[in-house]
Amino acid sequence: MEHSTRHTVIFTTLLCVVFSVVVSTVAVSLHDRQEENKRLDRIKNVLGVAGLAEPGERLSPDDLNGRFESGLEPVVVEMTTGQGVGGIDPLSFDQRKAAKDPERSRPAEDNRAKVRRVPNHAVVYLIKEGDQVTGFVLPIEGYGLWSTLYGYLAIEADLQTVKGITFYAHGETPGLGGEVDNVRWKARWPGRQVFDAKGTPMIRVKKGPAGTVEEDPFQVDGLSGATLTSNGVTNMIKFWLGRSGFGPYLAELRKQGETG
Amino acid sequence: MSTTREILLDPLIDNNPIGLQVLGICSALAVTTQMKTAVVMTLAVIFVLAASSVSVSVLRKQIPGSVRIIAQLTIIASMVMIADQVLQAFLYEISLQLSVFVGLIITNCIIMGRAEAFAMQNKPWPSFLDAIGNGAGYGLVLIVVAFVRELLGSGKLFGETVFRTVSEGGWYVPNGLMVLAPAAFILIGCFIWAVRAIRPSQVEEEFHVGLLEAAHDSELR
Repeated sequence: MEHSTRHTVIFTTLLCVVFSVVVSTVAVSLHDRQEENKRLDRIKNVLGVAGLAEPGERLSPDDLNGRFESGLEPVVVEMTTGQGVGGIDPLSFDQRKAAKDPERSRPAEDNRAKVRRVPNHAVVYLIKEGDQVTGFVLPIEGYGLWSTLYGYLAIEADLQTVKGITFYAHGETPGLGGEVDNVRWKARWPGRQVFDAKGTPMIRVKKGPAGTVEEDPFQVDGLSGATLTSNGVTNMIKFWLGRSGFGPYLAELRKQGETG
Repeated sequence: MSTTREILLDPLIDNNPIGLQVLGICSALAVTTQMKTAVVMTLAVIFVLAASSVSVSVLRKQIPGSVRIIAQLTIIASMVMIADQVLQAFLYEISLQLSVFVGLIITNCIIMGRAEAFAMQNKPWPSFLDAIGNGAGYGLVLIVVAFVRELLGSGKLFGETVFRTVSEGGWYVPNGLMVLAPAAFILIGCFIWAVRAIRPSQVEEEFHVGLLEAAHDSELR
């Protein structure tokens, strides 16, 4: 059927307007729910790495919020000085967005984790038992084989012993590099030592199996068939615990530990 | 004019969009490592297909021939965005696993194929049935492939352990090929083979139709 040009113009305009209104309405009305999902997902990951939730444990949103409030305290840290800062709400702070914003981030030094930009601020979670801080959860990210892996590393209050590690977003090969999600592999981490006597991050994922925590404090089993993902994990931990990452913050914490 | 039954059931086996027309392969590779993602993807495709086919059919007399493809795309894209938003709000974890593939439903040739080949010429009700039938035909292949891939690739079904794998202390050595994309090609090939073995009388004729339709649809891509 042939239509006049006038019909074509009016029809296409109306079509676009009607459908954009429908799509926007849906997007706006679901926005709060989606944000809440993202927040709960983040909380779940942090709780998991902090040892406050068992892997695979099914938790209702109330449980998640409750455990988060009683066991964790988010703090915004200024990366270069290592000082805690106010004025930024840690719960709504989006570190990945901040790292892309030139005003709120800086280019990273050349590094093997292929991190391009470091945000000026980052959210660190203090793990608490009552008033006692028993550990810290640090966000980490870096390149594996195919993709950037995003995750958390938890360390004990001694700033030396690993409490746990987790990755919440990555695109590595399922069954090979994707095994960074494997609960049994993650269970190999707690108890390993991070820094050598000089304070250089020494922990690494080796090729092949590592010994027990006592025999092999600085090494974790490699993921078989995924050397590049394993190296990526090593590189990102070294980067984020080093001076471009949370080095200044950790130094600040040690200082506080000595004086306080 | 085909009967209601034919419109609905034909695309399941006899005129399966993946098996016979070989459309929608890309997403069929990507989301079939697990049953859960395959089922959710199927539902999303059925929703998008039904909603866009009905809309296109309702508007078929108004859609100007000169801009019909872009008009169909506008409708399909809107439906895909709605499906994506709903998944993010209500099935967040699965939406993370499906990631870009929900958005890529828009490029799924099955949907434009049905809009252009069927909904533009037919009334809303038959168009709706045609969409449900084709969505189900697509989903059938996805679910069959996902069943085999998840079971043999990770020893699980819907995330529940069926065969305990060696890495979790069991006996089953997972087949690594199954979690990679080529496995989906092999399984879809087997599916097509099985369908043609069951319906040998239609092999020649259907193959011919398939060729013609494939040529027609490649223009749409």
